[in-house]
Amino acid sequence: MKNITIILNREFASYFATPVAYVFILVFLVLSSAFTFYLGQFYERGQADLLPFFNFHPWLYLFLVPAVSMRLWSEERASGSIELLLTLPITLWDAILGKFLAAWLFTGLALLGTFPLWVSVNYLGEPDNGAIAASYVGSWFMAGAFLAVGCCLSALTKSQIVAFILTGTVCLLLVLAGFPLVLNFFQGWVPALILDLIAGLSIIAHFMAISKGVLALTDVIYFVAMIGLWLYLTRLVLQAKSAD
Amino acid sequence: MIEVQNLTKQFGSMTVVKDLSFEVVPGSVLGFLGPNGAGKSTTMKMITGFLTPSSGSVRIQGHCIASHRQAAQAEMGYLPEGAPCYEDMTVAAFLKFIAEIRGARGALVRQWVDRATDTVSLRAVLHQRIETLSKGYKRRVGLAQALIHDPSILILDEPTDGLDPNQKHQVRQMILDLSDQKIVIISTHILEEVSAVCSRAMIINAGEIVLDDTPEGLCQRAEGHLSVSLRINGVDDEVLSQTCSELPQCRRVAMIDGGGVLVFPAEALGDPLTALQEMMKANNWQPEWIQQHQGQLDEVFRSATGGRLQ
Repeated sequence: MKNITIILNREFASYFATPVAYVFILVFLVLSSAFTFYLGQFYERGQADLLPFFNFHPWLYLFLVPAVSMRLWSEERASGSIELLLTLPITLWDAILGKFLAAWLFTGLALLGTFPLWVSVNYLGEPDNGAIAASYVGSWFMAGAFLAVGCCLSALTKSQIVAFILTGTVCLLLVLAGFPLVLNFFQGWVPALILDLIAGLSIIAHFMAISKGVLALTDVIYFVAMIGLWLYLTRLVLQAKSAD
Repeated sequence: MIEVQNLTKQFGSMTVVKDLSFEVVPGSVLGFLGPNGAGKSTTMKMITGFLTPSSGSVRIQGHCIASHRQAAQAEMGYLPEGAPCYEDMTVAAFLKFIAEIRGARGALVRQWVDRATDTVSLRAVLHQRIETLSKGYKRRVGLAQALIHDPSILILDEPTDGLDPNQKHQVRQMILDLSDQKIVIISTHILEEVSAVCSRAMIINAGEIVLDDTPEGLCQRAEGHLSVSLRINGVDDEVLSQTCSELPQCRRVAMIDGGGVLVFPAEALGDPLTALQEMMKANNWQPEWIQQHQGQLDEVFRSATGGRLQ
């Protein structure tokens, strides 16, 4: 546990050692606000809630989260520092969890930066603060799932651009899994059980369920399982690279 | 002690390291010598646990690297090729990170960082970001992180590559100072480095150990070991060459550009110097100059590695 904390601290500090952190947080705040007020018609709806804000999070994360996760392992591989890190007396899990948690905390920090919206909506009306709190938790879990995907895919390559594109693509598939666009493609030639499974993989469905204010166990399990699965795959990729 | 047994590494259909077996005891500085692509770095990567061997085993102070990786890695300090580190950090923050990961807590962290900083003379740049440092300083940061926990084993992949002559001398002196109690393995293709710091040298070619001896022992394997070059006053080199080649102690004679001959000893009969002195006495010849050679490491290297270009 101590090693995870040491790696987490180093990784977290490294975001702020370069302009990456500031650019990410600024872009996230500007875009999420723009989407909320212009595309989401925050005022025109006349309702005191943050649905227009959270509705755009899956789409915003599609390109912002891969920008954070692309460097997790690709940069280590490109600079050669992975050889230093993985010959220190730590386990692979120490390294994976330390890096992942640093990235997850960082996205959490960016999410916390949107609190003025919460304050505003409370000033303007009487929103369901429980639903808003649940939405924040759901959004953070969704960012965690995207980061776990990115963590695994960045371990595959030393090119950050390739890691970015791969992560964006896989996350897009996970977002679209519950949409008719994808389901119609499978309908008719795959068994209903598989079709349900594909629909069940949809990140949006689970995120929207939480956004309604209900932190159901199944949705939490979905996100935890998704994070766990992709981090486990990261470990397999790193082990395979070591044997390769 | 390092015990390497039947270590093999394959990348696809290519075997990069073939059935390597050797042991290294404390107080040794072992030099891995070999052309680029010979398998030196791959062997080091397997010893340090970064790469998994295709077959074979490595034991570090009794710990098997495959089954007790962390215990084995705790015994070692490793400088990977090119001395990679986290360049966005300051030297002090980087060394503190390594010290903490290596198990130091509280005041010990400061103590370890101070000791490593002083050993490789880094104090002047301690609060500078690593990316702003010169290549020489970056290499020293790499050495400092490898030394920080005062490990019993040091694995240094090309530790002086890219350093200026003064820095090379400093690093070699440091390795010599550390070598009394520790096991040091360095890889290099700088032959003078082997003579300067190694107590044992292993020439690796195409993934196999082709020679394993002391640097002096390797020099003795050179064709030129104990060869004698000479020139006689008033005697034509052709005549001298003919006379020398008739001696049973002489294997062959070569003409030297600019004058004189070089006599190579017949292997079984050893040193030809006495026979040459008797020959000169018998012919009443006075040498203009005469010199015996001990053999060159680069000669052995070229012959052991098939003269491949580095």
